Amino acid sequence: MKFGTNLMLGGALFAMVIIAGIFAPWLAHTDPVMAADLMYAEEPPGSAFWFGTDAQGRDIYSRVLYGARISLTVGIVSQLINTVIGVCLGLSAGYWGGWWDDFVNGLTNLMLAVPSLIFALAIMAILNPGLTSLLIALGLTNWSFTCRIARASALSLKSQGYVQAAKVLGYGDLRIMLTQLLPNMLGPIIVIGTLGMGGAVLAEATLSFLGLGIRPPFPSWGSMLSDAREQITTAPWISIFPGLAIFVTVLGLNLLGDGLRDILDPHSRSRRA
Amino acid sequence: MSEAPNALLKLEDLAVHFPVGGGLLGGPRGVVHAVDGIDLELKHGECLGLVGESGCGKSTLALSILGLQAPTRGRVLLDGKAVDGAAGDRMARARTVQMVFQDPFSSLNPRQTVRRTLETPLRLHGVKAKSEVEDRIAEILGHVGLRPEHAERYPHEFSGGQRQRIGIARALILKPKIILLDEPVSALDVSIRAQIINLLLELKETLGLSYLMISHDLGVVEHMSDRVAVMYLGRIVETGDWKSIFTNPRHPYTKALIAAIPDPFGRAQGAKIFGEIPNPLDPPTGCGFHPRCPEARDICRRPPIPDLEDLGQGHSVRCRRVRELAA
Repeated sequence: MKFGTNLMLGGALFAMVIIAGIFAPWLAHTDPVMAADLMYAEEPPGSAFWFGTDAQGRDIYSRVLYGARISLTVGIVSQLINTVIGVCLGLSAGYWGGWWDDFVNGLTNLMLAVPSLIFALAIMAILNPGLTSLLIALGLTNWSFTCRIARASALSLKSQGYVQAAKVLGYGDLRIMLTQLLPNMLGPIIVIGTLGMGGAVLAEATLSFLGLGIRPPFPSWGSMLSDAREQITTAPWISIFPGLAIFVTVLGLNLLGDGLRDILDPHSRSRRA
Repeated sequence: MSEAPNALLKLEDLAVHFPVGGGLLGGPRGVVHAVDGIDLELKHGECLGLVGESGCGKSTLALSILGLQAPTRGRVLLDGKAVDGAAGDRMARARTVQMVFQDPFSSLNPRQTVRRTLETPLRLHGVKAKSEVEDRIAEILGHVGLRPEHAERYPHEFSGGQRQRIGIARALILKPKIILLDEPVSALDVSIRAQIINLLLELKETLGLSYLMISHDLGVVEHMSDRVAVMYLGRIVETGDWKSIFTNPRHPYTKALIAAIPDPFGRAQGAKIFGEIPNPLDPPTGCGFHPRCPEARDICRRPPIPDLEDLGQGHSVRCRRVRELAA
């Protein structure tokens, strides 16, 4: 594949989803929640309803657009929380070593041993379903890979001459971590963060599908899929379009992550050259 | 010679031991004596060459002088004052001792411009006025032969020799008195080495610096050093001014090192040595060099470790048979 194709395609798909989310009020044909009209229930896709309507007669096209807002918010915010937690723990563990490193390693192994979705399910079961709890549940359960990467990078970077030089010049630990280590490990962190965002979008859909995420009638792709379960043979469009939206978003994010890796990782760049 | 009062840096019986092996509960299985009782003095305006094979403890010694490695035993005195790891001490130490690193490619942060690299230490050490920061950076770049506009560039825009000049500028920015040179030219092209060596010698004169140069390149050491200390297995085996070391080496190890200098005219003499530095976990009894020494006798294998014997004129040798062996 030509250099940059992943990046362009992934970026375009992700940008499309972002635009859909931001401009949903202008792009949507009807209100996603209130505009239910049983006269038009389960209409197949057509010129009036581009993606058809669901069992309550709501326009699926409008609901998919609004659903992008929830998916993106959850994907971006929860992944940001994960990245911050992972980088703080991994960077300090790799740099300081000692008992703190052992502790962080233990914690990371613990997180990796518990399936993160089960963990998120448990948190959601304790908190009330809703956007905030979703952000907390997904933001606290997926930092282990970022943490591993940050720790490994810190370990390899801290023996570099410029880190030693910074110590000799009297830099404090925090300053060394922020100015010498962090900028040099951003590449892989961004890649993992982008790929993780796709995972978070999927996890949100899964939790909402299970009824522990965004509560109906608010349009989340996961809860729309959940609602469409019974009509999957009679009115497949009700599940196809939210499913397609999830597919496009996650595909876009994964391609973007791969594309960023090609750019940010000097090893893969020199291999291509 | 008596202890000079103007010793800028003094190491007293400095030792760094590393426990190795052992798990969570079991104690350490052994101790590596990386540096084992070093006494050394660096006088004002002097260049002291520290020579030895890889693994003899040169780098560990440098780390403990810089305060990055706590000594197990002994002390480091800077300007007559003992220093330890306290935070305030660290800043004062940074203004006294700095280091030039071996590899100019990994010793500069690729994400920082030269200005950032030079400006941050200044600010950390209280130089905050913008004009003063500018002046200091321009001045130091001038000293190392770079132009002021180079400050805006990133390390990848420079050649190896220029990078090493930036590394030297960074070491000098706080106006230290002592510079540790860790193989300052061995990572450079041969064509660039002479330039950097001359630059270092010139800076030593103009800025009144003292160098402790760690190297295994005896050619460079011969060219730059006033005094030479030869290290083997964590100890100094011979020390003296460069002339007596290079023309009249007394320790078999030093003789072998000097014999190993490539000589295009084939004048090299003396026995070459073979083998590797012994396992520091299980050092030989008696003289640490006896397993490889062409002159070893039974007396060399018996403990204890031989003392550093003063032969006069600052020339000391750690060898039991030094009086027997011809000079």
